[in-house]
Amino acid sequence: MRGSVGEVVLSVQDVSLAFGGVRALQEVSFDVREHEVRAIIGPNGAGKSSMLNVLNGVYHPQQGRIRFKGKEFTDMDSHRAASMGIARTFQNIALFKGMTVLDNIMTGRNLKMHCNFLQQALWLGAAKREELEHRLAAEEIIDFLEIQHIRKTPVGRLPYGLQKRVELGRALAAEPTMLLLDEPMAGMNLEEKQDMCRFILHVNDHYGTTLVLIEHDMGVVMDISDRVVVLDYGRKIADGVPEEIKSNQKVIDAYLGVAH
Amino acid sequence: MAIDIGTLDTFPKLLMHHARARGAKPAIREKDLGIWQTWTWGRLGDEVRSLACGLAAQGLKRGEHIALVGDNRPRIYAAMCAAQCLGAIPVPLYQDAVASEMAFPIQNAQITHAFAEDQEQVDKLLEILPQCPALKRIYYDDPRGMRHYAQAQVTSYEELIQTKVDPAFIDAEIAKGSGQDSAAMLFTSGTTGAAKGVVLTHHALIDRAKVAADMERLDDADVVLAYLPPAWIGQYIFSYAQPFVTGYCICCPESAETVMTDMREVGPTYYFAPPRVLEALLTQVSIRMEDAAAPKRWLYRRFMAIANRAGGALLDGRPVSMFDRFLYFLGNILVYGPLRNVLGMSRVRVAYTAGEAIGPDLFTFYRSLGINLKQLYGSTETSVFVCIQPDGQVKPDTVGPAVPGVELKFTPQRELLIRSPGLFKEYYKNPQATSEAKDAEGWFHTGDAGYVDQDGHLKIIDRVKDVGALADGTLFAPKYLENKLKFFPYIREAVCFGHQREKVCAFINFDIDAVANWAEKRNMPYSGYTDLASRDEVYDLVRECIERVNADLAGEPELANSQIHRFLILHKELDADDGELTRTRKVRRGHIAERYAPLVQALYDGRQTVHVEAQVKYEDGRSGTFSSDLKIRDAKTFAPAAAKKAA
Repeated sequence: MRGSVGEVVLSVQDVSLAFGGVRALQEVSFDVREHEVRAIIGPNGAGKSSMLNVLNGVYHPQQGRIRFKGKEFTDMDSHRAASMGIARTFQNIALFKGMTVLDNIMTGRNLKMHCNFLQQALWLGAAKREELEHRLAAEEIIDFLEIQHIRKTPVGRLPYGLQKRVELGRALAAEPTMLLLDEPMAGMNLEEKQDMCRFILHVNDHYGTTLVLIEHDMGVVMDISDRVVVLDYGRKIADGVPEEIKSNQKVIDAYLGVAH
Repeated sequence: MAIDIGTLDTFPKLLMHHARARGAKPAIREKDLGIWQTWTWGRLGDEVRSLACGLAAQGLKRGEHIALVGDNRPRIYAAMCAAQCLGAIPVPLYQDAVASEMAFPIQNAQITHAFAEDQEQVDKLLEILPQCPALKRIYYDDPRGMRHYAQAQVTSYEELIQTKVDPAFIDAEIAKGSGQDSAAMLFTSGTTGAAKGVVLTHHALIDRAKVAADMERLDDADVVLAYLPPAWIGQYIFSYAQPFVTGYCICCPESAETVMTDMREVGPTYYFAPPRVLEALLTQVSIRMEDAAAPKRWLYRRFMAIANRAGGALLDGRPVSMFDRFLYFLGNILVYGPLRNVLGMSRVRVAYTAGEAIGPDLFTFYRSLGINLKQLYGSTETSVFVCIQPDGQVKPDTVGPAVPGVELKFTPQRELLIRSPGLFKEYYKNPQATSEAKDAEGWFHTGDAGYVDQDGHLKIIDRVKDVGALADGTLFAPKYLENKLKFFPYIREAVCFGHQREKVCAFINFDIDAVANWAEKRNMPYSGYTDLASRDEVYDLVRECIERVNADLAGEPELANSQIHRFLILHKELDADDGELTRTRKVRRGHIAERYAPLVQALYDGRQTVHVEAQVKYEDGRSGTFSSDLKIRDAKTFAPAAAKKAA
């Protein structure tokens, strides 16, 4: 049971992206509504991660427009995406391995820190207040994700499933309105997947965050997403609610392969 | 020093006293959002008053039962006391029980209101709601995930506490309570038959809590970590009854996984741990020492040997040579102090262990570090405190003398009977079980067999139903002997025979990991359990263990005849799949005696070997036959201590 889905908050129109001769995305259009859990699926090399990288400004498409929160851009850049409330996690965990869980989550609040270098170095009143405020926010996330017991543990010593959870925590620390999750459940066992699903749905419900996720586990995708977009060889081949996608012949062909 | 109880004969009255007398002192600490947050006695008092008004407004009445399901949280304890203010009886339930296990106590106690910690517990209660029509209201503490619960029964703690407080009403309700009212109902685990709800009065709990607190000189400067389930009587005593009597502070850890860290931060002064927790801690220490650098390992080994020699004696105030005193002082700086700190036991003044037999090595390990670990004896029915080892009189194999107010008596079958002000009122709605357990003169039948030794210390040997007699009529307590054997790391299982026979003989299963390790260090090649079981070296190893047990037994006049005369090492490990052990790894003595009847007979007819042919079930389901000659060896026995003195 989740909050109701609202207006379109992000729309992607005719986006094409090529690396030299490799056409990663070809005229892809779709939209994301507020509060929605939107899944992007497709076989390997379909362009899913490229699409996510376009959304938060890591890649710059040669063609097309992105409309986010009423503003239109030909491309995003990552700093602007972050300050407009987009956060993400990565397919290969990108945490600071030598830092503790708490410190990693605190880095997620970087954009929200306003004190200058001098104030922080001298631990002046304002810097101290700010640190306390951010620490509180980080602790709330630690509580939310149930990782109190590893608060002071360096991330490199944690098992994979927990690292994924910490990465989600760091993304949440930025208080995003939209969260991009690149294969949040890859390489997890069943129990870890169930935990992660629970956290993702909680994030969506509790913080009202809009979620865009790439995932290979079809069971998970069909269970938790409101709408699914399917890519194959850089083109969009289907878009709709999970029931439609399950019975779509093009999708079945793309996954199982057809004789050409 | 504990406060003068006087007219404060119920927990709510005690709380209101503390709220006035030490309003600004900490009552409960909880680690939340990474910080220890303090509830003072004043705040706890206010919270309980508004909560009680909220519960009254929701219709909780005198004499009704309220279930409490959750981990140690200040609000659970506040709810417990709020219910008692209104004369309702709190029934704490185990928070890790599955929904179906909760149905019985809720039906049995006709619980009308329930207090749940979080969504998980609410879900369980809602699941059994159809089977429990009496359950009208469910309250929850943590609002996470609860936003969409529309059920009419479900109310949040926040809402409950918003109710306007009527001080006159609350004061009147608290004043109506008396010491003879029921204060709590705790369900016993029910290893024998269905669970029973043990009803305890305010008077019983407060009396026992105070006697033990006085004995250990507990006061409001003490600190306790509340980490065991609140549904367990020990936790109820240490985290509710005793703080209410003495005014000390309890600390609730952040989560079950953070207990070790939280313990180090809090530094409790008063501590309880069942033997399995102490064992797990020791294992962790040993593992970390194995991984330490060579000089540290060397230091640890050397100084632990000194601690073993001098530590316990120093703690008991027995004489120790100047040289050992100096070494222990050095060790305290280099090893024991830091180790106590890692364990979070730097400030522990009094530590208790109880619940099951504790191995002497495990027990001495903690005592030799300078931690005042002591054993106690008690149960839910006796409000815990029956016997406590007093400081300076700690023996690893007894549980100490009776605490003031307790009378002990034994039946001819050696069953321990107890009369104490702390005894339970009844088993709820079970007059038959009540009259079986508590006779007309008020003696509680424990079901434990034991005796009081020369120093007046109680020694528990076995359950009465397992105790037998040798042919000459002396006591035979197989489980006691088996436990003694199993405390050796090399022995995994032991089965002792002797009921209606002249002497005691035993089957042994050695611990394959420990013995394999031992064999490798001696460059002894072997192919597996069965191979090792036939080696003379292994027989010698086991014989040494048995002889040490025999030497021990010789010093106990009651049990000197139970020394083990002959033994054999079984060719296979006892297995639950073959029906030789229960699923909880207890030996099924009767079944084993029947299955291995020829072996038992060989033990008693003086043969040196016995031929076995056995059907062996392999793990893949196939079965085969095994045949071999098992050796039987004699163990040295010792003259009883009394006889030695005479000579």
